Amino acid sequence: MWPLFKKEVNAYLNSLIAYIVIAVFLTGMGLMMWVFPETSILRYGYADMYTLFSMSPYVFMFLIPAITMRSFAEEKKAGTMELLLTQPITDFQLISGKLLASWLIVMFALLPTIIYYISVYQLGSPVGNLDSAGIAGSYIGLVLLGGVFTSIGIFASALTENQVIAFILAVFFCFFLFSGLDSLASLDIWENAGLFISQLGILYHYEAMSRGLIDSRNLIYFITIISLMILLTQLMLGSRKW
Amino acid sequence: MSLIIDRLTKTFGKQVAVNAISFEAKAGEILGFLGPNGAGKSTTMKIATGYLPPSSGSVRVCGEDVVEHSLAIRKRIGYLPEHNPLYLDMYVREYLQFIGSMYRISGRKLAERVGEMIELCGLGLEQNKLIGALSKGYRQRVGLAQALIHDPQVLILDEPTTGLDPNQLSEIRSLIKGISTYKTVIFSTHIMQEVQALCDRVVIIDRGNIVIDSPIDALQSSQSSELTHTQEVEVEFVQPLDLALLQTIRGVFGVEATTVNSYVLKATPGTEDIRPAIFQFCCEQQQVLLGMRQINTGQLSQYGNSLEEIFRNLTLNRILH
Repeated sequence: MWPLFKKEVNAYLNSLIAYIVIAVFLTGMGLMMWVFPETSILRYGYADMYTLFSMSPYVFMFLIPAITMRSFAEEKKAGTMELLLTQPITDFQLISGKLLASWLIVMFALLPTIIYYISVYQLGSPVGNLDSAGIAGSYIGLVLLGGVFTSIGIFASALTENQVIAFILAVFFCFFLFSGLDSLASLDIWENAGLFISQLGILYHYEAMSRGLIDSRNLIYFITIISLMILLTQLMLGSRKW
Repeated sequence: MSLIIDRLTKTFGKQVAVNAISFEAKAGEILGFLGPNGAGKSTTMKIATGYLPPSSGSVRVCGEDVVEHSLAIRKRIGYLPEHNPLYLDMYVREYLQFIGSMYRISGRKLAERVGEMIELCGLGLEQNKLIGALSKGYRQRVGLAQALIHDPQVLILDEPTTGLDPNQLSEIRSLIKGISTYKTVIFSTHIMQEVQALCDRVVIIDRGNIVIDSPIDALQSSQSSELTHTQEVEVEFVQPLDLALLQTIRGVFGVEATTVNSYVLKATPGTEDIRPAIFQFCCEQQQVLLGMRQINTGQLSQYGNSLEEIFRNLTLNRILH
């Protein structure tokens, strides 16, 4: 699994994908945090990082599928899938190698936003007047969210050999699971099931973590979704044997 | 070290790709796997590597079933898939190191192994290039190096020589020949001369069925006897006949007397069965025929042809072995 992980990370870093994704993410977040008046912290006047944590999922929704769309689709198209599947590694190792590599790229994109934290920390009055625990919780939430989106993207990529289709499917799945379920739950046809449906969505658990409260139920939710996606991907890879 | 295929069947929906074939490749043997396009060669090889599961039957490598012990078997098999898929954006050295590390070779051993493979496959000058920048022949060598890096006991090569120029062809052939002394090699090809030059054993399949499974020298030794081309019929009459008279039978070009009243009639290759003509001759000449025996049908002359003709005969005319 680790050789594959290394190869995947190298492939991202050797191609432009990783740099473009990181640059777009940071530019977008930087503009929203510091420049655009509607969302700027400087205008807003409170020393918190709400903008980053509320906008990032929507940016990730497009950027993460762009990272993951090639992972299986390209291998299938180039025929290298056959090569990989005849190597002495299990399908699970193959999927997790790819998943972890893409996830790492997502974390690379997040890493520089620590500078935002330091800036806001310095700008607070008095200096350091900032909910650090909440921010730590939010970061963990964001990393896990990145993991869920990555696993969804990997699964979408295993569905097809066309990267564009993989991208579009992944964006849709991410959107649906993140805020689609939550919006559905707000329809008034569910009666008592509304809360349950909103709990199926990512937003509910992500917001809970943003409050700085790391509840095991939320952690389990994220891990469950990632495992489910790995399982579905495994099924897709195994479908050649049916 | 051997590869045993036992009543292997593979169906895709209703289509039967491979139909209950059985053959064996022994250690140290090069087995040529022949067949026209779509005969089921690649399917068989994919099953042997564990990429596809068989519908029924089994493939055993070194005595172990490829489905049950898939991971263990994959370590012992070197596989060069058809069309030789490669990561075009990787460097030759980087790629070989990646494949090597997938087989848990690491550190100094890996560097050594990669060096050896580059040497063995003649990639010295190209070792620091992008695979995408290599010509087809060199890519093929990279594919071969990839299949050999973990020193597999069984080597499965799906059309390893397509798209090579004659020089590369002979180099790759001698490479395969060289490594085969302590490995089992099974490779598929369309090129008959290659089989004649390389293989110890040849298996020809057509539409999923085996039509020939034979050591190569058995096919070639019969090539020497020209006689097998000829159709021969022994006839016996009540009384001796003039040899010249017998010559007039349609299709007959040679007559030999064996006893006083029996003769061997020879017909040129390619003519139809001469027995009806003989019968008609007897009727016309009012000769009493006591017996007629076919010594050589001429049909079996396929063994006397070059392998290419055998291949064409078997796969076009559907004459089953």
